[in-house]
Amino acid sequence: MKALSIQNLKKTYANGFQALKGVDLEVDSGDFFALLGPNGAGKSTMIGIISSLVTKSSGVVSVFGHDLEKDTNQAKSCIGLVPQEVNFNQFETVKNVVSIQAGYYGIPRKQALAQTEQSLRQMDLWDKRNLVSRRLSGGMKRRLMIARAMVHQPRLLILDEPTAGVDIEIRRAMWQMMQEVNRQGTTIILTTHYLEEAESLCRNIAIINNGEIVEKSAMNSLLQRIHIDHFVLDIAQNLSAAPCIEGYEIELVDSQVLNVAVPKSHGLNRLFQQLSGLGIEVLSLKNKSNRLEQLFIDLVQ
Amino acid sequence: MNYSVAFRTILYKEIRRFTRIWPQTLLPPAITTALYFLIFGKLIGERIGSVHGVSYMDYIVPGVILMSVISHAYSNVVSSFYSTKFQHHIEELLVAPVPNWVILVGYVCGGIARGVLVGAVVTGVSMLFTHVSVANGWITVSVLVLTATLFALAGFINAVFADSFDDISIIPNFVLTPLSYLGGVFYSLAMLPPIWQTIALGNPILYMINAFRYGLIGVSDVDIVLAFEMIAGFILFLSLFSLLLMHKGVGIKN
Repeated sequence: MKALSIQNLKKTYANGFQALKGVDLEVDSGDFFALLGPNGAGKSTMIGIISSLVTKSSGVVSVFGHDLEKDTNQAKSCIGLVPQEVNFNQFETVKNVVSIQAGYYGIPRKQALAQTEQSLRQMDLWDKRNLVSRRLSGGMKRRLMIARAMVHQPRLLILDEPTAGVDIEIRRAMWQMMQEVNRQGTTIILTTHYLEEAESLCRNIAIINNGEIVEKSAMNSLLQRIHIDHFVLDIAQNLSAAPCIEGYEIELVDSQVLNVAVPKSHGLNRLFQQLSGLGIEVLSLKNKSNRLEQLFIDLVQ
Repeated sequence: MNYSVAFRTILYKEIRRFTRIWPQTLLPPAITTALYFLIFGKLIGERIGSVHGVSYMDYIVPGVILMSVISHAYSNVVSSFYSTKFQHHIEELLVAPVPNWVILVGYVCGGIARGVLVGAVVTGVSMLFTHVSVANGWITVSVLVLTATLFALAGFINAVFADSFDDISIIPNFVLTPLSYLGGVFYSLAMLPPIWQTIALGNPILYMINAFRYGLIGVSDVDIVLAFEMIAGFILFLSLFSLLLMHKGVGIKN
């Protein structure tokens, strides 16, 4: 069963801007799926159409087999949306934000309150339930939007840049929450600008650029296509020039810091042997940039 | 699918909103109308004498009540729905399986609830100044509820088109208030020169105020049946227009 199936989806805005130029996409049930793309690529338009916030120009969207146009209510009931921007009533209490959303999904009040409690506890917000929502911190507001999106127990959760602007500690806590939700069987579609996030969480990936899908594959097979890794080496000696080692591109950043481009075909062992041979002792090493980042840049340029 | 839960949720949210901010929503009409009754009814009214056989104070009570109902039913929906758009929590409704007509009915019933509650508050205040017995209860209640419905719908349409907070105050200030004051709240048509009597008949609010006055004190300048037909016609037209706007996503969807 496909959690999401999109065929030939097009969107042209009133000003003539064509945001989507015929997108085809399928997401399997239970997947943790990354949808990446630069700003203005069409990600938000696509998510807007899937979640009924934007009217499509043409194409077919179905969610767990329910056509969004013909079988609207069933399709909508399957989706939970965590939008990019804060969009809850900031004058309502945390509890009301979530329980009112449950009401919109037709969940009777008593059950809605029980599910609200469950959802808020899962997002670690239960002790804030009576706080007016505008008083929450940025990270809590994000979590509140996740709790709200989950209150009707959707089968497909769409997270549109859920960790934008939150600190690394909260981000990691949110990753754990998302992984837990996915483990429990909810399909997740995640858009993010943190490629590290997509790489560590998602099993499949699509990259959208200029309204078209430019890449669609399993994360593993995509990462295997990366031929060169970039490393930063801290060395014990003071160097005045970068050493020359055949097959590697080495750049002297500082007298004790080297940037090295390592082709996968050559590997690190050979590099270390050659450096040892030159009397250079490596103290530490770190991956210069996220692996996915270079690939992403190559694909969207 | 059963939409009663979604409807009740919207209504609950709307009623909670205007009761939470009662100093802005329920208190001002009580104070304003007390001033109307004191100045126009008591101080000036005693010099005017009677109109259509009733004291001037009793004559203005229905109009003052209905004027408050009109402005509060309208402003409840226009400000609530516009701020829902402005703060983007309209999206909470759009993503959920709630059809457009349920959203419309929910917001309009919120407006009716405030209109009726304000009507009750103003009626209570009027009791401090005079005793008005109800001539025809059914007409009174139905005109009250139908008029509140009509202006709640109009407020909804205003909110759909509104792009700024200025846009939600233009119609109440420049259309509703003048039409209400000129709708015979404080005078009978018979008091106007003939040409103005004819012009005044083009004001829909005149029919509503007179129908309500007929229900309360049994006096009207216009045909009651025509007044009901007019209100029903407006409600039908505004409902269909609202649904059309929502269907097209005007002001709420890209």
